[in-house]
Parts: sequence; structure tokens; C-alpha cells
Amino acid sequence: MPTTTIAGHAVEVNDEGFLTRPDQWSDDLGTELARLIGIELTADHWKLVHFLRDDFAHQGETATLRRVSTQTGTPIKSLFDLFPGKPAKKMAYVAGLPKPKGCV
Amino acid sequence: MTTHADQTTPFVPRFDAPESQGRKLAIICSKGNLDMAYPGLILANAALGEGVETHLFFTFWGFDMINKKTSGDLKFTMLGNTATHLPQGLGGIPGMTHLATSQMKKAIAELDVPEVPEFLDQIVGSGGHLWACRMSADMQHLTEGDLRDDVEGIISASDFIELTEGAQLLFI
Repeated sequence: MPTTTIAGHAVEVNDEGFLTRPDQWSDDLGTELARLIGIELTADHWKLVHFLRDDFAHQGETATLRRVSTQTGTPIKSLFDLFPGKPAKKMAYVAGLPKPKGCV
Repeated sequence: MTTHADQTTPFVPRFDAPESQGRKLAIICSKGNLDMAYPGLILANAALGEGVETHLFFTFWGFDMINKKTSGDLKFTMLGNTATHLPQGLGGIPGMTHLATSQMKKAIAELDVPEVPEFLDQIVGSGGHLWACRMSADMQHLTEGDLRDDVEGIISASDFIELTEGAQLLFI
């Protein structure tokens, strides 16, 4: 696995740049990951990122956009506003998780 | 082992790479069966999640997907569908289409995939555009009032071709 240094931490990433070890993630690192993709995290972002972390811990896979929306009660449109363009992948990246596998 | 650790720039996914900007997808939905409604919806949803501008054009039987009366009541039938690998005669038994539809809806719900109306809500919420075919509306004597409120217009085939200039196109 390649490694890269983010905010002074050496972390393992895959060939796309997603973190491969969820245990190497922290809130500080999340802030920096978001900054690197042009997002400044607000309380609304954090709520979703922490949901993704908790859900991954229980389900063993990254929640799809639909799951994030239904489980957190956040309208899909807001998810696109908070993480523009590719919300599911960007959210997963900031949360230090693999991109979601589900189709919907 | 590749190491990026000694580089000053962290290795970050290229989410907004310039070469992936400006991509457009047009999906023509021409079927009104439950099983044939989903491919277009799933692909539209996936494209939107990848930041692709997406337009759906509903035509002929595809109108059932956006007609408020039928959208939540699409059916799946075994008749004429050899992919069920069951004797075709079974499909003609009264109640069989109802049963097959319920089974399929259950299987879809188990995957946490929404029903057609809610799926279209999600697609519109994701920035997708819904368009209805002028000729189909005229044939079925339907107006905008019969369709979902978020259908942006009843337009001609030429209009659709014009507004999806440069798009990749799927016919379903």
C-alpha cells in the first residue's frame, strides 16, 4: 500500500488516495482531508462524517448516499450542497473510509 | 511499496478532475414494467452521484413511471419473460402478475432501494432533470397535471435531442 503524509501523519492510502486503515483516522485528520478537497467542515458536515464512522463500525461497509440520507434524516439535496459533485465519495474520503460499494 | 511520504503535496483523490467535468447523460425510459423501470433509475442515480448532468426522457410506456396514477403501481409479469426460467403457462394463471410484482418489490426493498416514486424524488433531489414526451402525452391524452410536479416539461423529441447535445445516451 502507498503511504502519504497528511497533516504530519503518515497514512496508508489506496491507488485512488482513499485511506485504507480506518484506525489511522481522527477528527483532526478529517478536517485536513476535507480541506484538501476544498471543503471546510461545519457542524452539518461533522454530523454526517460521524454517522459514516459509526455506521461503518457496525456494518463493516461504507453507507451509500441513500443510507446516509434515510438514517440521518438529511435530504439528498443537502448532501449534494455539503459535499458538491460526488457526495458519497467525498464523504467517505473525509471520514477515512473506503468509497461505498452499493449501487443505490 | 510506493511512498508518497517524502512529497510535500499529499496524495489526494482527483474528485474534481477537469477531464471529468461537463459530462452529460441522457436516458430514454420507454418501458412501464416494474423491472424495466429500475435500470434507468439506478443508472441516473449513479451518474448524478458522480457529478454527471443527467436528463431522463419518458416516452411511450415509460410515461407510467411519471404518471401520478400509475407511478407507484408498476407491475412485473412472468409472461413473455423467459429469464424467469419457469414454464410460461404459469404466468397466465390469475393472480400470478400480482404475486410476481409483490416478490420483486420485496426483493428490491430488502436492498434498501426505494420504490419508483421515491426513487424519482431522490433523482430530482440529486439534481436530475425529468422530461415527458409530447407525442406520448398526446396519444394518452395526458397533460402536465397528470404527471409528477417535478417533470420540467412536455417536450418534443427534437427538443430533447437539442437539450442533450453532447450527452451520452441510453435507451431503455
